Amino acid sequence: MANMVKLTINDTAVEAPAGTLLIDAAKLAGIEIPAFCYYEGMSLQAACRMCLVEIEKAPKLMAACVVPVGEGMVVRTESPAVVKARKTTLEFLLTNHPLDCPVCDKGGECELQDMVFKYGAGESRFTEVKQHVPEKQWSPVVFYDGPRCILCYRCVRVCNEGMGVGALGIVNRGVAAEIAPSHGDHLECDECGSCIDICPVGALTSGAYRYKTRPWEMEHVGTVCTHCSNGCKTTLGVRNNEIVRGNNRDRSGLNGEFLCVKGRYAFDFNHHPERLQAPLMRINGKLEEVSWARALQAVVEKFKAGGKAGVVGSTRISNEEAFLLQKFARTALKTNNIDHHRSGDVVTLLDSLSGKTATLGNVDDCYNSKAVLIVGADISQQQPFLANQIRANYRHHKAGIYVATSGAVREDKIAKGSVRTTDSEWLAGVESMREKLKGESELLVLFGDSVKGEGVRKLVAFGESLGIPVKYICLVDYANSRGAMDMGLLPDLGPGYHPAEGAAGMTLPQMMAATDLDLLWIVGANPLARHTLASSNAFVVVQDLFLTETAQRADVVLPAASAYEKNGTVTNVTGQVQRLKRGVETVGAKTDLAIIGLIARGMGVNLGKVDADVVFAEIQKTVRGYNVPLPVIVTGGAAQTMPVNGRVASTVLPELIQSSRDTLFTTGTLTRYSKILNEVMEAPGGLYR
Amino acid sequence: MTFSPELEARFADLLTHYPPGRQRGALIPMLMYAQDEVGAVTPDLMEELAKRLGISVLQVDEVVGYYSMLHKKPQGKYHIQICTNVACMLRGGAELYEHACKKLGVGHKQTQASGKFSLEEVECIGACSWAPAIQVNYDFHHEVTVSQLDQVLEGLQ
Repeated sequence: MANMVKLTINDTAVEAPAGTLLIDAAKLAGIEIPAFCYYEGMSLQAACRMCLVEIEKAPKLMAACVVPVGEGMVVRTESPAVVKARKTTLEFLLTNHPLDCPVCDKGGECELQDMVFKYGAGESRFTEVKQHVPEKQWSPVVFYDGPRCILCYRCVRVCNEGMGVGALGIVNRGVAAEIAPSHGDHLECDECGSCIDICPVGALTSGAYRYKTRPWEMEHVGTVCTHCSNGCKTTLGVRNNEIVRGNNRDRSGLNGEFLCVKGRYAFDFNHHPERLQAPLMRINGKLEEVSWARALQAVVEKFKAGGKAGVVGSTRISNEEAFLLQKFARTALKTNNIDHHRSGDVVTLLDSLSGKTATLGNVDDCYNSKAVLIVGADISQQQPFLANQIRANYRHHKAGIYVATSGAVREDKIAKGSVRTTDSEWLAGVESMREKLKGESELLVLFGDSVKGEGVRKLVAFGESLGIPVKYICLVDYANSRGAMDMGLLPDLGPGYHPAEGAAGMTLPQMMAATDLDLLWIVGANPLARHTLASSNAFVVVQDLFLTETAQRADVVLPAASAYEKNGTVTNVTGQVQRLKRGVETVGAKTDLAIIGLIARGMGVNLGKVDADVVFAEIQKTVRGYNVPLPVIVTGGAAQTMPVNGRVASTVLPELIQSSRDTLFTTGTLTRYSKILNEVMEAPGGLYR
Repeated sequence: MTFSPELEARFADLLTHYPPGRQRGALIPMLMYAQDEVGAVTPDLMEELAKRLGISVLQVDEVVGYYSMLHKKPQGKYHIQICTNVACMLRGGAELYEHACKKLGVGHKQTQASGKFSLEEVECIGACSWAPAIQVNYDFHHEVTVSQLDQVLEGLQ
């Protein structure tokens, strides 16, 4: 325990570890000291003067955000002098503030509004005409309204320190001072929108959300982002069954308030005009809209007829849907021909870690581990939240960061060791840092798809040989890539990596190449974007949101619900299970779970009760590592699965593992339907590296 | 962007005055010396210094915008700065400024078409003991009267 310091705040005895800032010590004691510029986790600024407090024996009021606690300190946070100072500070902040709260996006959740309401600086002694400058648009998603700005530097710091981008600054001074973007009149950055979220006033506003609604008119639904594999919680603002905002200001979930451009803006695919809203069936060679009953009947007839069947699952559907899909394939269609797009070799990692404990890293380890090694992945592009955790780890804990990648990455700037390797020679790159890595007390290794098969075993052997505790994270691409594997969407492994009964089935490329395939059932995947289907006679059933390349080849297309329209669970890249919560109702579409249930009912197959909670209960019982505490998940938390221990007898061919190497603005087919992501990509600057 | 050998030598020396990793501290003097040579803080200049110090152009811009002695636009051959802050104002600084405006035909932060004179109304230049004070480029003139101002201006060619 650190040295405890005793002090008095507002006549209450408070104890806090030495070095704690007064503002945090007060918070511990349940006393709020208002502040605009102070922000937990960011560097100190002391710019706004809102947190001034009275400290006995100090000659004047002190800024609580930069004063550490002192033994015997006597502090008053609401004395008449303090209240007067705050009121004056607010009067100054409002000198040129337009007070356009009734039309401001921030109205209702504005920190400045709250403070003015509390300290009552509604009247001003300034009678001069307010200085006005017009609003500026810096990117498709970021707008800046200078007069509303209180120059607290929060956005500047979150961009510089939090994101490692540094696209915002403050130019000029005095009354002319304003926030400026990196490239004169526009931003070249990650477009993550953190600056908008962190803005205590309505100076920075979101292109997607501005002027659409007031905060109190929305329902706020906490669910999991459906794009990359990091599993960030995103709180959807829903109004009239339409998602109008994504953020995570309540800091629920494993990501705190972090979100990247996808989590914050790329929910708009959900309302894309091309969303399928009715089943389609090939009639006289053309896909035509039909009723659900007719489409399902056609599917059931073909499924009943049997033949050589193949099933392709998704990396986005929920665990429950994936579990039920493989159960249906294996019990009703009696085939092991089931696969999905694999983007990381989790299977070999689990096998090579068998018998070891505490070797799987998670998002907390990214923030806490004393050292981090990144092999073959541009994580700032592909794994934005893990990258954010690692940056924060460096900033707060001075963690040693090591990078072995084929190209320059953002982590180079903060790395203790950084080498350029090729995808095949990464081991030599890692070896070249051996001595430095040995000097660390622990290590977390993140690796991308260039490390697979024997490569994973070599990497684990390298980790072992360092003689320090090492944890591993196998990076995968999509929202439920990990869950798809855990749930057994694999031709040789069932749920929990247990060998599937019977001979191993066909892999995805084998299914595509088989000329005698009679039936192909594709749930939420788009394999025909990369493969061609050899069997011209195959009856193809596709469940998807859009008429993808694959759906265009289908005989029956069943419109599916998006992740934002369903309940269930997904598992993120580090094996943490979180709950999906339905934010909007579907129009015409059904969840994949419901569709599988309807097909099963049509065939007279009993899959048990087709309900997300019931299926999850079965997953908890039967899938290795998933016996996680339900209350954690139900309350919106992340529960760690531990599927290690026990060998995994896999015949997985490493060459099947292929990451899409997405960027911040892409994640497979889904993001092609996000208007905002496409706009951002086309904006000047394109992709910031 | 290239600089004269003298300026390069000055930069090289400057950078040795800062601890390793903190060379960005040399930004302000580098900007001032470079401005004297180039005539203004041009976008090229900002980019060059950003590159040399390993900071972003925006960070250079933040500094340039903050300090009033750094100018993005070229100034006249003689830059006349007249203080109208309290001490100087009480001793006739405002009259000096108005007189200069009329005489030079330009206003605050403006430059004559000929490029000879530019004028700026400035805050305290640290010469209150000899108020009213004016500054012409780097030279100070103390306890200036209107007729003295005329003399100073006429003496500049």
